[in-house]
Amino acid sequence: MVIEESELRQPQSKTELFIVFTLLALQGVGGVLVIVQHELVERRKWLTQAQFVEEWSVAQVMPGPNVVNLCLMLGGKYFGLAGAMAALCGLLCGPLLLVLSLAILFGGVSDSPVAQGALKGMGAVSAGLIIATGLKLSTTLPQNSMGLWQSIAFAALAFTAVGILRIPLIWVLLCLGSLAYFLAYRAIDSTPQLAPNSKESP
Amino acid sequence: MTLMLNLSAQDWFDLFLHFSMLSLLGIGGAITTAPEMHRYLVDEKQWLTEASFSSSIALAQSAPGPNVLFVALMGWNVGLNAGGGLSAGPHAWRLGLLGVLVTMVGIMLPSSILTYKATQWAHKNRNLRSVRAFKTGMAPIVIGLLVSTGWLLSVAHQDFSQDWKLWLVTAVATLLMMKTKIHLLWLVAFGGILGAAGLL
Repeated sequence: MVIEESELRQPQSKTELFIVFTLLALQGVGGVLVIVQHELVERRKWLTQAQFVEEWSVAQVMPGPNVVNLCLMLGGKYFGLAGAMAALCGLLCGPLLLVLSLAILFGGVSDSPVAQGALKGMGAVSAGLIIATGLKLSTTLPQNSMGLWQSIAFAALAFTAVGILRIPLIWVLLCLGSLAYFLAYRAIDSTPQLAPNSKESP
Repeated sequence: MTLMLNLSAQDWFDLFLHFSMLSLLGIGGAITTAPEMHRYLVDEKQWLTEASFSSSIALAQSAPGPNVLFVALMGWNVGLNAGGGLSAGPHAWRLGLLGVLVTMVGIMLPSSILTYKATQWAHKNRNLRSVRAFKTGMAPIVIGLLVSTGWLLSVAHQDFSQDWKLWLVTAVATLLMMKTKIHLLWLVAFGGILGAAGLL
């Protein structure tokens, strides 16, 4: 599904931000990113797929939990510091209460075979959901100013470095990231200044 | 199991400082600093048992919400240990909440301030060539990283003759999410039921 920038909506109030992020957080079992992409891009249309990737790349590179970073950035974009706080409280408060209650009620149950089995099954599903989210976001690669083949090469290299060779993330970001930055910097030169998403390739 | 601890104000402050330092090192999420938390909390200070350290991580990952909440659970457990355990009553509960506060504010505050300031700057200067180049260059890399996260979760199951069912579940979940509009929670719940029934 492709969303044009003109169809985008945005949150009307800080309360809405708080509620939306509370709902997102409570639905996000095994990592919130999958549901954040699904809800904010595909259902609520606050961001296009390409904008989501851009925001996500910044959230990923900054220190701190990346979903927390993403929600600070989005909240801040709409309503400044107060918006960032509203989104952050939404993301953390509900789940914190829930997880503490679980710890109190089920502290000892988590070792039982049934609970272990359920965790295994849920883990296998969330792995699939994360992969699917990555594949969906890869539909934005053709719009990348570096050109399709270079973008695919960087995605494949990042996957190989972390997924197969198990190189620590920080080195991958530093090495691949600076190379990609350099190439992107050169590529952008030849594209119009105010159309960062234009389809021209170098 | 409850450890009997007696934590001074200085100890709480050290805990806060340690987590604030880890906050700025946690690129890719707080979970990347978990080995260092283990060294500090379990080995060096002996504020947490091995079992409650790993169950804090497991519980936070299986519950809804950001995975960083594993830090809150560690703080909670340290506080409970300092107060004499869950059954010791309101005093222990208060210390548990103090532990949540100290560890969560520690792990969140420095990185959040940095991210907020940096992204405000980047938003104001979003037409700068360097800012655009950064986002353009990083986009394919983070997509590759995302797929590798899912991949790493799957290959943790190495014995193919035994774990092929888990791989199948992962593959089916990937396809269903790409091709259908089934709500994600149903998929996760279904995986949980299959696992709880001992089918995986």
